[in-house]
Amino acid sequence: MIKILHPIRLLLISILCFSSTYLSAETPEEKGLAIAIAADKRDTGFVDQTADMVMILRNRKGQESTRYIRTSTLEVEGDGDKFLSIFDRPADVKHTAMLTYSHGLEPDDQWLYLPALKRVKRINSRNKSGPFMGSEFAFEDLGSQEVEKYSYKYIRDETCGEWECYVVERYPEYEYSGYTRQIGWIDKAEYRTVKVEFYDRKNALLKTLTYSGYQEYLDYYWRPDDMFMQNHQTGKSTLLKWANYKFKTNVAERDFNPNALPRLR
Amino acid sequence: MFSRNFSIKYQFALSLVFLLLSFALYAQEDPGTWSGYISGQARGFWQSPQFSGQRDGDVSLAFEPEYYKEWNKGLRAITFSPFARLDSTDSERTHFDIRAAHYLHVLGDWEWRIGLAKVFWGVTESRHLVDIINQTDLVENIDTEDKLGQPMIETTWLQNWGALQFYILPGFRERTFPGRKGRLRTELIVDTDNPGYESGAEDYHVDWAVRLQTQLGPFDLGISHFSGTSRVPELVPTLSSNGRLEFTPFYNLIDQTGLDTQAIIGNWTWKLESILQSKRGRDFTAAVGGFEYTFYGVTGSRADLGVLAEYHFDDRYEETPSAFQDDIFLGARFVFNDEQSTEILAGGLYDFDFSSRSARVELQRRFSDSWRLESELQIFSNVDDEDPLRTFHRDDYLQVDLAYYF
Repeated sequence: MIKILHPIRLLLISILCFSSTYLSAETPEEKGLAIAIAADKRDTGFVDQTADMVMILRNRKGQESTRYIRTSTLEVEGDGDKFLSIFDRPADVKHTAMLTYSHGLEPDDQWLYLPALKRVKRINSRNKSGPFMGSEFAFEDLGSQEVEKYSYKYIRDETCGEWECYVVERYPEYEYSGYTRQIGWIDKAEYRTVKVEFYDRKNALLKTLTYSGYQEYLDYYWRPDDMFMQNHQTGKSTLLKWANYKFKTNVAERDFNPNALPRLR
Repeated sequence: MFSRNFSIKYQFALSLVFLLLSFALYAQEDPGTWSGYISGQARGFWQSPQFSGQRDGDVSLAFEPEYYKEWNKGLRAITFSPFARLDSTDSERTHFDIRAAHYLHVLGDWEWRIGLAKVFWGVTESRHLVDIINQTDLVENIDTEDKLGQPMIETTWLQNWGALQFYILPGFRERTFPGRKGRLRTELIVDTDNPGYESGAEDYHVDWAVRLQTQLGPFDLGISHFSGTSRVPELVPTLSSNGRLEFTPFYNLIDQTGLDTQAIIGNWTWKLESILQSKRGRDFTAAVGGFEYTFYGVTGSRADLGVLAEYHFDDRYEETPSAFQDDIFLGARFVFNDEQSTEILAGGLYDFDFSSRSARVELQRRFSDSWRLESELQIFSNVDDEDPLRTFHRDDYLQVDLAYYF
């Protein structure tokens, strides 16, 4: 015989069940978002940052080519950061400068200065998934990582090396991404990203990015010395080596202007 | 003669000042940096020449170093960049120029540049209509993208909304033209030793220009005005002292207002350049406009493919001295996004009035971290007798440049 629950009792039971899950644990989506917000908050207030980057591109045969780039970042309240990079090598692109105003979900503004023609060219930032300087890093991998650019889902906790990590999946909300999803390992204590896996549009594992050599600057901001991107589908890799991190150096705001690019070296 | 000497004297005087400055500053802790390239070039023309004296090809060597030294966090800087080409056949193509010799001084929102410098204005691919500050170094390439250093005082007022620029341009640079043995020349040799000027001050005439540059949403907008000696001479047939018929370049005074704008919307980049020029009381307008549509990551690869179309207009129609009066340019740009930064740009120009066709393919690729190969193929076909391009119609060529950068 089927026991039919009295409607009132059913209601009571459901309220009880619902409120208990509600009180005891947020949904995985809410937890993922909360971690992203906390990580973002943990890294704000650096005002500006300059750093030197060496990019070592390695193909499947192990042949290497190297790029030297100087970068500066200007934190912008209420919008994406402004990002400036000046190329030192290869020698044929020396003095080339790229300026990006990132805008969260809106398309970024991007300019390139071509020293041979003395020409500042506005370029299409629609090309998010395109390779940066022929490397395994796409423009979207190096862009400003605003919280609203993704939706999130917390997966699990996991030990990552000597740290304890959150494992969070995130899904690009901006247009034209080359990825369906990314899985990130973020350390619980200081919200440092340890590893990210990138899944392509067909949801196959495309690349893994590993961060290492974290150092603390101004007793607060953690930055990695190395970022290593392995492409699993082509066998190519790119190692980004960072040096000379400097913060709150009063970078000249005037340099973050497309009309100033010709003068920058 | 005098003006030619003036121009060279001018350059040497400036260069000397800069060299002295450089040496003076060399003693300081930061000696500055040298960069640049040395390149070997070969050009081959496979059709028999149209004019007597012309050769089938040439090899040449070009050198363009650049010295740069900055201080006060880059708010003060000097740049010195000479250029030289040694050409095996054309003595006019063997030439020397100072591309840059200037001092930079940044004062708050104002940036000052004083000396010889290069400035580019414009957005379109197949023609640079608005660009006017620098004289074209035509012996380098008929694409008019190589420029001579221009003496100037430039000031830029930098603002969040864009920039306002003022130019005072003392001293005029004459256009370079190929000599008798050179290809890609006019039937009559241009006698660059005896130019004529509308201005009584000749090449001492002080030109000026102003430009406003701003961004409005997806639009980039530039409005400019230039007043002074035209960079494009009229070529006047003249009987020279040795009884030969030659072209004498004559430089008029002009006023030119220019507009250049570009908008990036999705995969589209829309471009427009337009000028209104008045010369000897007569006005004309010319424009070039079109788009580039880019397919990103074509067929799942890393490469991008851009498709370009630009239309050229000039209200002087068939009387236009330039070849662009009612023409359409169609092109494709392949950007491979590889380690070697390989790029191919191929385009064709079709003239509706003369039914002339010309096509050009440019390729560039880096080898190792210091070498770069550039190559271009230019074809002229079915060129009408009345078309200004007629003078090149037997000058199809293949050019290869191998450059070492440092």
